[in-house]
Amino acid sequence: MNDITRADVCAVAIADLFLTDGEILASPMGTMPMIGARLARLTTSPDLLISDGEAFLLAETPAIGASSPIEGWLPYRKVFDVVANGTRHVIMGANQIDRYGNQNISCFGPHDKPTRQMFGVRGGPGNTANHRTSYWVPKHSARVFVDAVDMVSGVGYDRAVGSAGKFHDVHRVVTNLAVLDFGGTDHAMRLVSVHPGVEVDEVVENTSFELDTSNVGITRLPTDEELRLLDVIDPKGFRGKEVPS
Amino acid sequence: MSDKRISIDDVVDQLSDGMTIGIGGWGSRRKPMALVRAILRSSLTDLTLVSFGGPDVGLLCSAGKVSELVFGFVSLDSVPYDPWFARVRTEGAIKTREVDEGMVVAGLRAAAQRLPFLPIRAGLGSDVPTYYDGLKTVVSPYADGEELIAMPALKLDAALVHLNRADARGNAIYTGPDPYFDDLFCLAATKRFVSCEQIVETADLVAAAPPQAMLLNRMMVDGVIETPNGAHFTSCVPDYNRDEAFQKEYATAVGDVDAWAAFAARYLEGDEASYQAAIKTGATA
Repeated sequence: MNDITRADVCAVAIADLFLTDGEILASPMGTMPMIGARLARLTTSPDLLISDGEAFLLAETPAIGASSPIEGWLPYRKVFDVVANGTRHVIMGANQIDRYGNQNISCFGPHDKPTRQMFGVRGGPGNTANHRTSYWVPKHSARVFVDAVDMVSGVGYDRAVGSAGKFHDVHRVVTNLAVLDFGGTDHAMRLVSVHPGVEVDEVVENTSFELDTSNVGITRLPTDEELRLLDVIDPKGFRGKEVPS
Repeated sequence: MSDKRISIDDVVDQLSDGMTIGIGGWGSRRKPMALVRAILRSSLTDLTLVSFGGPDVGLLCSAGKVSELVFGFVSLDSVPYDPWFARVRTEGAIKTREVDEGMVVAGLRAAAQRLPFLPIRAGLGSDVPTYYDGLKTVVSPYADGEELIAMPALKLDAALVHLNRADARGNAIYTGPDPYFDDLFCLAATKRFVSCEQIVETADLVAAAPPQAMLLNRMMVDGVIETPNGAHFTSCVPDYNRDEAFQKEYATAVGDVDAWAAFAARYLEGDEASYQAAIKTGATA
């Protein structure tokens, strides 16, 4: 098909993050992750549980912003139980991420007087200590892919030792350019695939640390059925606003 | 039968400088904003807040009431970052104990259960221990020998929460989908204040929601305050949604000295009745 966009490729790459997860809670933070998780549930991962972002589990897989009958109750207090229980795969954003997957969503600069304040560490420490975690970065740049993050929120492989490593499982990073994992030496970040039309050099130039590029593929294209479903899940085209073509 | 109905000003009178105050709700959801506004108008100072932070934190920071914050996040939800919180942080004006949000729950639970700490895996390996003075780990005494974070009890001098309905004795229900952690805040605190949309007879309270929604009972509560629309501009579903237009007005005003002065003069300098009158006059359009 001629009208496959980069945003479609990203949504499918996110859907593929859930391939082996089975019957667990998918917690996508942000619009593109939400689209990807819903696509996964309609295709390869029908057993996923998805929340409405408030306190309910959705029985159906509606378009972004649309309502659905519910199949369960999951207020914040029960989310913490799910986190500790480990039956969850979260996709978080990252203001900064380093070579071993340490992520920062808290602040830039010195902690007692930051140059920029974001959310705080939120659930990053608990998520990464307890269950599978992936990241979505809508604009791959050397400002995000840094040598060292300012405030480790989500924990990376080099710091996931002892009890911090017992259930640690940082899975993949999907960006507007590529899919990356932590299969390099000592769990260093590795370029798994570039999206169609992206050169490996473009990813390398937009990453401040050394990237393992020893075995790079091309991110797969959506199927016709996935394209049809993406328009059902995201009829207003939010994904194209997050990742312009 | 003790009648615990008190006024907003009575709450402020029972608070004092230097207190540690827990504020219920979550982000920009069901925050006891009428009580927060009353603290803004008071002479109270040097407060330590414990909060799943929203505009409660931002507003109290705007007036210099906060010396220390225990938090996992501060967010307005539909607006990602609270600009007042961002400003006082970048000015280095407040101390923080920044923790994983699950650690806040563990700390409140420890206080509620009168334990010195509760173990939790969250925080290990992150920079939370780097910047939290005195945070320690504990080693499991069992064969696993795991080392875990020992989250200290977050003992509160006072808890402020907002629920949908209460009776005069302090029984209270939430009629929306999420209790948040308002019961834990009350159990962790010495003085417990519940504002609500409406105070009703006990029989009407029981009839208004399923029994599982009866979050607070009267032994968890010292004062009940009727504050209609008292969570504004945060959400208090099903009574009302977040006032997104007003929240945007708040967030936008912070960026400009004159705009903030005008916002504060219009909304924050009078009492709760004048606040409620001001937001009804269409200034948010």
